[in-house]
Parts: sequence; structure tokens; C-alpha cells
Amino acid sequence: MSQPTQEEELLAQQALAEAAATQTGSEITSGLSQGQIVRKRFFGHTGALIGLAVFVVIFLLAFTAVGAFGLPGWWKYNYLDVSPLVNDGAPTSSLWPFAWGEHPFGQDRIGRDLFAMTMRGAQQSITVMLLIGGIAGAIGAIIGGLAGYFRGWVEAILMRLTDVIIIIPLLLLAAVVGQIASRRDEGSWIAGFASSNSVVILGIFLGLVSWVGLARLVRGEFLTLREREFVDAARISGASNARIIFKHILPNAVGVLIVNVTLTMSAAILLETALSYLGLGVHSPDTSLGLLISQNQEAFATRPWLFWYPGLFIILICLSINFIGDGLRDAFDPRQKKFKAKSAVETTRQSSTTTAPLADTAQGS
Amino acid sequence: MTDNASPEPEATQLETASDKTAPGSVVLEVRDLSVDFGVEKKWIPAAIGLNYEVRAGEVLAIVGESGSGKSASSMALLDLLPSNSRVTGSVKLSGKELLGAKAGAIREVRGKDVAVIFQEPMTALNPVYTVGAQIVETIRLHNVVSPLEAKERALRMLELVELPDPEKAFKSYPHQLSGGQRQRAMIAQSLSCDPKLLIADEPTTALDVTVQAEILDLMRHLRNKLDSAIVLITHDMGVVADLADRIAVMRKGVIVETGTAQQIFSNPQHEYTQALLAAVPHLGQGADKADVDVTAALAAATNTELESVEHDELLRRERENQAALKAAAEEAAKPKGNPVLELIDVAIEYPKQGRVPAFRAVEGANLVIYPGQVVGLVGESGSGKTTIGRAAVGLLPVAAGSMRVVGQDISAAKRNGKQLREVRRDIGMVFQDPSSSLNPRLPIGESIGEPMFLAGVAKGVDLQKRIETLLDQVELPRGYRNRYPHELSGGQKQRVGIARALSLQPKLMVADEPTSALDVSVQAKVLELFQNLQKELGFACLFVTHDLAVVDVLADRICVMQRGRIVEQGTREQILRNPQEPYTQRLLAAVPLPDPEKQRERRELRAQLMAAGIE
Repeated sequence: MSQPTQEEELLAQQALAEAAATQTGSEITSGLSQGQIVRKRFFGHTGALIGLAVFVVIFLLAFTAVGAFGLPGWWKYNYLDVSPLVNDGAPTSSLWPFAWGEHPFGQDRIGRDLFAMTMRGAQQSITVMLLIGGIAGAIGAIIGGLAGYFRGWVEAILMRLTDVIIIIPLLLLAAVVGQIASRRDEGSWIAGFASSNSVVILGIFLGLVSWVGLARLVRGEFLTLREREFVDAARISGASNARIIFKHILPNAVGVLIVNVTLTMSAAILLETALSYLGLGVHSPDTSLGLLISQNQEAFATRPWLFWYPGLFIILICLSINFIGDGLRDAFDPRQKKFKAKSAVETTRQSSTTTAPLADTAQGS
Repeated sequence: MTDNASPEPEATQLETASDKTAPGSVVLEVRDLSVDFGVEKKWIPAAIGLNYEVRAGEVLAIVGESGSGKSASSMALLDLLPSNSRVTGSVKLSGKELLGAKAGAIREVRGKDVAVIFQEPMTALNPVYTVGAQIVETIRLHNVVSPLEAKERALRMLELVELPDPEKAFKSYPHQLSGGQRQRAMIAQSLSCDPKLLIADEPTTALDVTVQAEILDLMRHLRNKLDSAIVLITHDMGVVADLADRIAVMRKGVIVETGTAQQIFSNPQHEYTQALLAAVPHLGQGADKADVDVTAALAAATNTELESVEHDELLRRERENQAALKAAAEEAAKPKGNPVLELIDVAIEYPKQGRVPAFRAVEGANLVIYPGQVVGLVGESGSGKTTIGRAAVGLLPVAAGSMRVVGQDISAAKRNGKQLREVRRDIGMVFQDPSSSLNPRLPIGESIGEPMFLAGVAKGVDLQKRIETLLDQVELPRGYRNRYPHELSGGQKQRVGIARALSLQPKLMVADEPTSALDVSVQAKVLELFQNLQKELGFACLFVTHDLAVVDVLADRICVMQRGRIVEQGTREQILRNPQEPYTQRLLAAVPLPDPEKQRERRELRAQLMAAGIE
């Protein structure tokens, strides 16, 4: 029964005034949906925009340069090709005068092009990231949602299941799966598929175990949302449980979901890197960013570029994803109001003398 | 300054004493105070060019609706606004400029010279410290005293605010006290450093009506005992009439009218003030029904004499009251048709959760509603009134007894089962908080249409037409149907709530405090709309509220609840003209009247009732 705060009232008044201004033109008004508002806020967030731009560039670069899904890329070398060493393998690119040269990122000891290998590695990392994000997001949302909405024994079972999965050491499981996936001698189709797409298997597997944190968050969100009156209202309207969960509650929890999925994604890249570094993820001759670093760490003193470029891409991908997640969190949280006093515009209060004496504007029309 | 002091001789003496010591030295002087909030790259004014002053021992009430800038301007005095705000002008406390002062200097003033009583005592007190520790902290921050001395002073303060057991209250944590006691503790804390200025920001809004009356009594006593200037911020004209010397009416950031309480109430000049006064629902003045003189009714029912009213005059008023009651009794026809809602010895429990045992919120409730009847369910918070409302629509299970809704016994119905779903086609419900009861992700048109869509009544173009008709009925423009809840004001949202409840043309409507979250003027309009719709569509209605004045406007019958039981029920006339239960009488007497004259009579009556109750 608390009174709305001053700011909220002001916001509402402002929204009304704006709506009234736009309404005069057209008969049917379409208000800003929550999604539109989030989009507007997101695109007003500089960090998130930069993150998004960087990610898009890396994504396009990685998937077009060396080719993917059986399509050839535009770069002249493949990550498997061995060519004679140029300039003892040092990077041929230079900033001034600007030139790519033959091997912009340099070559490794046996003459493979590092640019091609890095691009392949970035492909692998992004694939793992999207798989983990998608799978963990879907499972986490459904399990957390069911547990939070139904409570009772459903919640007890699902949450104990979550607890069990939380306590399994991820690294150990990953090692086992990595071993199975990399075994070529078994003739089964799974092994065949796994040997050619080991990173896909890794992504699916990691997705299947990393939803637990998300499920707990979504459950918490559902626990608060299910007590809101609009859920009761929907129930009185005759809505079924499924409709209440998916139509009424889930859209309101989507902010938490998206934000945490992006954070899981950036953690996933690091996980893949760590696993590959330990020799558990992707295996040679295929390559990934983590594998590149681990293979070349002894060469750090003599050929440091072999270490730098893959590292640079790991940092760029993780940072951009984190910035996007940060921007999304700010966009979904209505309490986040960025305000700069200097750039603010003066306004006069709209129509304080012309409106009806009482504030309920519905009456006027 | 008008002196509408309380009639107690003791208080009068104190007041004259204080008048002598401080013949109106100005404590607070506000000149050209403007407050702006930065919202989405724009400065939006919340208060514009305010000028007022408050003298020692005087109560200035700032009245206005939410969003009028009354709270923002007062918080600006102490620099308590968020960082996206801007304050200009001049605020002088006893001649010392407060605006633009250093943070350290402002901290000195806060709590010592200027104290604030907040709206929600639960959130304003820190739950992990005892009440005593918090008062001692305030005292020791501003005075060089030993802990023991501070404790003594804290105890004196708790005594001053009339807490029954100061020692115990000192050691209590906030959650161990009731709402009224917490507010008293809050007042004790704010008074602990003898502030020159006390800002009371909606001090009684979160409290029940009887508790509110007690706190108002306390504040009146304190004003007479202490010599502080008080700025009272409220939207409730009843509270203002009870306490204020002078009134400033604010609207959209501007003070539109100032004057003494007498001037404002008897002769309001500005149209907004007039509208605001007209919008306050007066207890005993239901629309197109005979006015009820509640004071007289109470006096008759309890055989009390009033000092402020002549004996003969009171007798005359009592007699008039009796006559009207008889007339009404003859007029009241037998209700017809089968009952829409019938409760027989119903008990309702909140089911146990984990280790928390089941809680029986309502016991032995008997209630019948016939078609077309509006029954008001009144009681304080925790009395179980909302519980009955929620059980009637099947949101809570019935533990014992039988509950029949539109002809079906739902006491044994399964949660979300088929029977309930059928029954719910004939029920509508309006919720208390309009901003929580609408899904923020659905356009309001969809929210309104959902019951019809789910019941399979209408689809496609037909559904859109029905939605438009409903929007017309609740007097909202059709173009609003694509809007989202956050784009509407509180009153408009509640209209949407009503439209949704009406969409299946229900036989029974359950309204759970539909206006308590709204401003007075908006409340008046929503109530009017509700009343018209009820007459037009003829649905039966269970109207749950804590506000007797609201139920008085609408209801044919009134049920009074206390601690999970219905203590008294009868027609509106019976309850208002001839209340039998002491609890009902107390409840009636506690409702503040937006008129200083009548309020004084009422206050005296209440004091006598309370005294009689204690004996």
C-alpha cells in the first residue's frame, strides 16, 4: 500500500505526456513494448555496442576466413597447410606502411599459417560458446521454472538433482568425455561423429552440466513472480499452469535469463580454453585457441607471436561477450538509470494549467 | 493561526505555555525552492518556486497527490534526494542556510535540528538493531553523553510517546513491535535530540484507521508539549483536519493555495483545493442515500455526552438518526433470488509451508450475498477480510464449513480443478495493487481479453470488439488497448483491472481493496465508475476494504471483521446508525473527518469510547 515514489510518478506522467503527443497523429497507438524499451536502452549503452561490434567482426572474420561447414574461406592458407617459412616465421603485417604480407600473424615452427589457425580456433571457441549458452539456457529455464512454479515435491526432486550435478567436478567429466570423443578406433557412429566434430560434442556435454546455476536463479525469480497478483489474475481468468508459466511468468524472468546466459557463455570460452590447454578438449591436428597457447608456450621466448595472437582473441571474445551481458543487464533492470546532469535538456512541465483539475487523465477523453 | 487545540484541559494549558515562550519565531524559511529530477536526459521539475515558512509550535500541512512534489520538496530540505536531482533556491533553518552547505554541516543538522518521521516504520527502522540501540545511536551522535545517560534519555523518549512498557520496547527489535508501536518508536527516535523542525512524511498512511487515530492523538499531544515546528506531508484531508494549523495545497510542483486550516476547509479558493475536498469520501455521506450523522449515532449507541456539543442539540441529532433508521428498516425489502455467495461456518487456513504450521486466518464466518447486492467487508489489516475474498474465488482452500459460489459448493474443490474453472467463469476479481495485478509484458488489451479467450467465448475480430466495448465501459480510450501497463497511471490501470474482471459478465465480483493504492481524487472517480457499472450490470459484489468511508459509498450491507471473525453485520443503516459491537464503534470513531469542527466532536467521542473500553 505504499505510495509510489516521486520519480516513478514523474516517469509515468512523462510517458503519458509523450503518449498523448504521439497519439494526436494516429488513431491506433502502439505503445513501446518492454522489448522495445530494452532494445532502446541497450543501444544507448556504449560499452555494449562496442562489445557487440567487436564480436560481430570476430565472428564474421573467423567463419569466413578459413571456411566453415564445408565451404572454402577467402584466406589463401588452410589451418592444416604447411608452407615454407617466410622471414623465419615472424609476422609479416605492419601498421605503417599498412600491409598484410604473406603471413600476417606469422607461422609456427613447421610453417603453418598462424592467422588461419587462430581463425579456426576462434571458430571452435564460438561454437562451444553458443552451444553451451543455448543448451544450458534452455535446460536451466525449464527446470528452474518448473521448480519455482510448482514448489512441493517437484521442486524437491529437481533441486536435489541440481545439487547432485553441482558437486560433480566438471574437469573430471570433461576429461572422460574428451577421451571418449577422441578415440578413433571404435567403429560406432558416435565415435565417428565425435572424431570429426569433437568440439560440438564438447559443447553439448558442457551445456548439459552447466545449467545448474542458471536453474537456481530462474527458480528464485519464479518464486517471487508467482506471488504477484497478475498470476492470481491469470488463474482466475482460467489460465492453465503451462500458460501461466510460459505466457505470464517466463517473459518477466527473461532479463535474468539472458544476462546469465551471456555470462555463462564467456565462462564457457574460458572453460574450453582451459580444457584444450590441459589436452582434454580439442585434439591436434584440429586446433583451438587454448590448444594453440598450450602448444606454443615453450616458444614464448623465441616466437612470442605464437602466444600473443590466440591470447588476444580469447581476451577479445570474452570481453565483448561480457560487455554485451553487462549492457543487457542494465537494459533489463529498470532501476538502472544513467543520467548525466550536464547533457540534460531543460523542460517545462507540460500543460500544468490546461489539463483537468484532477490527475486521472482517462477522464478527459 | 487558528487554534483548534484539543479540548483536554491539560493540553490546553501546555499549549498556552508554549505560546508564551515562542510567539512565532520562524524556524524554517523556504524561498523559491525548486527541485528537478533528471529522467532520460531531461530535467523534469518536481517542485517549482516554493515559498513557505513554519514557526515554532506550528503545524504546516503540505497536501497533494502523489507526484505533486510534496515529498521531493521536503526531502530536498535535508539534501536527501537521489543523485539525479537538482535543487535551487534557499532554505533557512533559524536563519542558517541549508542548501549548498557542506556535507558535514548538513549531517550536523540531520537528526539534531531537523528530524524526519517516515511513512513505513518497518523499513525506516533497522531490523538488526533493537529500538533502544537505534535511539541511543541518534542521541550519542549529536550529544556528548555517556551510554548510560543516553539510555536514560531514550527511555524518557519512549515514555513520552506513550509506549506501554518503555523498558521492554527499548530491548525489542522492530519486528517484535506492532505497526503502531513501531511508528511510536520512530517518533521517539526523531524527537530524541529535541529537533527544531520535524518533518512527518505521511506518518499514518501505512497504518490501520484505529492505529492512525492513536498516532494522530500522540502527535497532537507532542505538538503541545514540545516547541518544534512540524511539516506534515500527507494526501489525507482527514489527517490534515485533525492536526494542521496551516495548509499548503500542492499540485504538479506548485503550491496552489495556502491558508489556515479553517480557511482551507470552510472556504477553499482554488478549484483544485475544492476538487480535492470534494473527492474525499465522507463517512456517512453515501451517494444518493440519506446522510448519516455518525457522531450522533455513536453517541446514542454508547450513551455518551459530549462537551463540545450542546446536550439538546445532541439529543435532536440522535432522534433524527433514530427516525432515519426506522424508515430505512421499513424500506429494506427482502432480498430475492438464490444467493450468489454463501458462507456457512467457514474456516480458512493458510496451508503449512515447511516447518511453519498452518495458520487459521478466518473462523466461523457466515455470510450471504444475493444477486445485485454489494456487501462491504471491513476490518483492520490481519482481520482476515482479504482471506475471505481470496477463498471466494478459489485461490485459498476452505478448511471447514461450506462455501457455495454461484450455486456450486467449492469447499472441497480441487485447486485449479475443473469445477473451479467452471465457477470462475462467473466470478471476476479486482485486485488491490493495479501495478502488480497486470502482467507488465502484456498489452492491456490482451490482459482484458484473456478471460474471454480462455473461456472460448470470443475469438479473433469478435474478441477485439468485445475488448473495445469493455474499454468503453470503463471509460478508457480504445486506442489504449495496445499500451503496456507501465504507460498508464494508477487510476487507469485499476480501470483496466475492472474491465478484465467484467469481461465474462460475472455474477459475483470480488473487489479486494481496489482503491487503497490510489490517490483520493482518483479513488473518487474509480469508485464512481464502479458504482455506475454495478448499477448498470447488476452484479453482486463482495467489496473488501479497510476504509469505512469507501464501503459506505458503495455497500448495501456491511460486515465488520476482527481477528478472523465477523463480529457484526447488517445493512449500511444498521451499522452506521446503530453500531452495537464496541469494536465497530471504535472503528467508526477512528475515521478522521475532513472538517476541523466535526473532527473535534469525533475526537472527544473517541476519547470517551476508549476510556469506557478500558474500564
